[in-house]
Amino acid sequence: MVPTSYYLVLSAILFGLGVVAFVFKRNIITLFMAIELMLNAVNLAFVAFSQALGKPDGEVFVLFVIVVAAAEAAVGLGIIILTARNRRSLNVEHVDLLKL
Amino acid sequence: MPILENLWIIPLLPLLGSAINGLFGAKWSKTIVNSVALGSTGISFLCAVEAVREFLGYYETSHKAWVKPFFDWIVAGGFRAGFDLQLDHLTVVMLLVVTGVGFLIHIYSTGYMAHEEGYYRFFSYLNLFMFFMLILVLAANYVLLFVGWEGVGLCSYLLIGFYYLRKSASDAGNKAFIVNRIGDFGFMLGMFLLFRTFHSLDFATVFAAAARPEVAVEPMGHFGVLTIACLLLFVGATGKSAQLPLYVWLPDAMEGPTPVSALIHAATMVTAGVYMVARSHVLFTHAPTAMYVVAIVGCATAFFAATIGLVQSDIKKVLAYSTVSQLGYMFLACGVGAFGAGIFHLMTHAFFKALLFLSAGSVIHAMGGEQDMWNMGGLGKKIRTTFLCMLFGTIAIAGFPPFAAFFSKDSILFSAYNYPENGKAFYAVGLFAAILTSFYMFRLIWLTFAGEKRYDEHKVHVHESPLNMTGPLMVLAFLSLTGGWFAAPALWGGKDYFAEFLSPVFGAGEAGGGEAAQSLEHILSAVAVLAATAGLLVAWRMYSKTVKRGTSEGVHKLLYNKYYVDELYAAVVVRPLMWLSTNVLWKVVDSGMIDGAVNGVADGAAAVGDTLRHTQSGNTRSYAVWVVVGAMVLLGIIFWPILHPALFGGVR
Amino acid sequence: MSGVLVIFFLLAGLAVLGAVSLILQSHPIHSALSLILVMVSLAGLYLLMGAEFIAAVQIIVYGGAVMVLFIFVIMLLNAGVEERTNFSKMATFGGVPLALALGGIIAAGIARSSSQLAAPVAAQGELTSTRDLSKLLFSEFVYPFELTSFLILVAILGAIVLAQREN
Repeated sequence: MVPTSYYLVLSAILFGLGVVAFVFKRNIITLFMAIELMLNAVNLAFVAFSQALGKPDGEVFVLFVIVVAAAEAAVGLGIIILTARNRRSLNVEHVDLLKL
Repeated sequence: MPILENLWIIPLLPLLGSAINGLFGAKWSKTIVNSVALGSTGISFLCAVEAVREFLGYYETSHKAWVKPFFDWIVAGGFRAGFDLQLDHLTVVMLLVVTGVGFLIHIYSTGYMAHEEGYYRFFSYLNLFMFFMLILVLAANYVLLFVGWEGVGLCSYLLIGFYYLRKSASDAGNKAFIVNRIGDFGFMLGMFLLFRTFHSLDFATVFAAAARPEVAVEPMGHFGVLTIACLLLFVGATGKSAQLPLYVWLPDAMEGPTPVSALIHAATMVTAGVYMVARSHVLFTHAPTAMYVVAIVGCATAFFAATIGLVQSDIKKVLAYSTVSQLGYMFLACGVGAFGAGIFHLMTHAFFKALLFLSAGSVIHAMGGEQDMWNMGGLGKKIRTTFLCMLFGTIAIAGFPPFAAFFSKDSILFSAYNYPENGKAFYAVGLFAAILTSFYMFRLIWLTFAGEKRYDEHKVHVHESPLNMTGPLMVLAFLSLTGGWFAAPALWGGKDYFAEFLSPVFGAGEAGGGEAAQSLEHILSAVAVLAATAGLLVAWRMYSKTVKRGTSEGVHKLLYNKYYVDELYAAVVVRPLMWLSTNVLWKVVDSGMIDGAVNGVADGAAAVGDTLRHTQSGNTRSYAVWVVVGAMVLLGIIFWPILHPALFGGVR
Repeated sequence: MSGVLVIFFLLAGLAVLGAVSLILQSHPIHSALSLILVMVSLAGLYLLMGAEFIAAVQIIVYGGAVMVLFIFVIMLLNAGVEERTNFSKMATFGGVPLALALGGIIAAGIARSSSQLAAPVAAQGELTSTRDLSKLLFSEFVYPFELTSFLILVAILGAIVLAQREN
């Protein structure tokens, strides 16, 4: 009998770790993976609520999130490949053309 | 009544003349410029005459002043100031004087200014002046009067500084305008006070409200609302009409061409103050304190200016101080309640002072520009017409019968004598000033026209002026002789026609008063004539023979330097103000605060931009941090209802 | 301590371990493998909650497609050990406090509202059948469903365009 709040806490921890990863890692691909981690944390929360409320709506939403994440990963990785070829580096700090 | 319905045509014609000459005159010949200028003024004069005729007919049946509103100029809340023109008996006098004497001076100017640069500009300004002066006298409310008031001040500035390449001329123009402004400030305060009290500035409304029986006459020494308003209005009059302490601009105004001095600074503009006081007589009679002040200032000015005029060497300066002095008489008259006498003197003064100035101009023209009397002499034989005309004017101003000023000055002195508060003192000072007047005017005559010539005949070619200059002189000489005859019958028990003409405006004030008053008046008139004769004789003794200019020391030096009043003003008023303006208002307020604030805003924006620029580092990681910060803020806002009990105590 | 709770803590621990490992590893391939660990544990948690379909989808799509894609890309780009550059002052000094603050807010929020969430739902242990899920998907959520298919199409096109060589 796992209380819903435990799932939520876990979701929050995973999300927080995703944020930390996003802020501290320098490899573009790793950043992307941090994003995926955050999305997964959110999925967990959705499913937890879906179970708590007894309605399958949350799970439907999770499906959509997964679809979007997959599409985003595909396109995002394509962009990463191009960027990496262009800048010859996978370090996100070298991609700073927007600097004022 | 075509003209009365369209009173605006009287001021409009000179305005059109001014505009046409101003815009196109530079390329036209003198003849065309003349016809435009003289035509507009002349037709305006004819319209004025016709308007007077129509008005007199109208008055027969209705016994009211004619007021015609033309359009609403200012409408704000309950206040309305319209372009309203009115015609009553007082306006009739002023209107005829302004248009008539103005027209004569325009004719004169065609001769005097014939060889001057900017001929068209002169006439443009002169016509503009006529427009504003006519607005002033025709106005039916204080606001429109003030428009004319300011406008004539502007034209005075333009015309004094007509020879703008001369620094003294442009300085004099500045001085006139600025000193006038001080007076105007008082005028405006007076208007504000009147508005606050009566909620309107229309003459009809204000005077009707003040004339109600329940409005008490404010006792002497008590500074009620009406007294203060009248005193403030009088401040404006001191500025415009060159009384103590704001007279200092008038002598400097002689820098302008002589026709300007004649028209503006003798016959019309400077009399605006007297007109305004006379127009507001209903208010003044309710404020005896104000009237007393007016009388004192007028009397003191009359005396003060006369003393300065005793020793001046520039022919125009003598006449300028004489004008200040005569204006003092007019204010004395108003101050003692004899408004009719004041206006009467205004009219006669317009005649003889314009005559004197124009004759002086003729002399200057004959002498090729020389204005110092010590460089003249013996001109009587050479320029007979001018001499005779000037003599007429001098006899008039000295107050000899049957010339015009005898009647008017006499009327003033008589009313002053009968004034309850220190009337005898006013009379004495006024009489003494009359002696001085006679003296310095005849001094002028003899220095200029008698004795041996003190100039080099080879350098100066003395010639009589042409007809377009001497013609107006002769007309004015005639008026100086006959202009006072309206009031003459009063001397032998008949009617004073002039006072009777003005009685619808001022009331039947000076009503003869019976046998005792009659003989008193005869005695006083005789004394006045004796005084004038005394002045004449002293001057004759001193100046009619060959004279030399002496050294200036002691009292003479004091008078010659005008009691050093200008220097006093410069030290006490002008220099501190300049210091204040430069060091405080300019450097601190303008450069520091205002510029500083504006520049500060710009600098601030730049600084903020400079700081915020650093957020655009191009670095994804810092962007990520900002995103997280934003997310946290949003979360905080959403969770606030849940969170905040926790922050403050924790009891749920 | 019921068995379910034990399994929960096991799987949760694995997930957190994987996440921490993702942060601490220096080579991206190791981070990818850690992420796979996280996803698998999450799939286990979904199963625990009775969301069998979602668990399956998670493994197949996320683990089998997305992560494989990631690993392909890492291999393609020959990603090496991460450089240690540090251009962002903001990230260095603000990162940890911010993360803690974020976590704190969420935790506080959850904690404060845990009273509303405490009661475990009656349908605990009941599986959500795929039938129910699809019934909902094709009735109430049909519009988003169609949109997501469109989204996938766009993503495919985008990927193709991006991958083209410049001719």
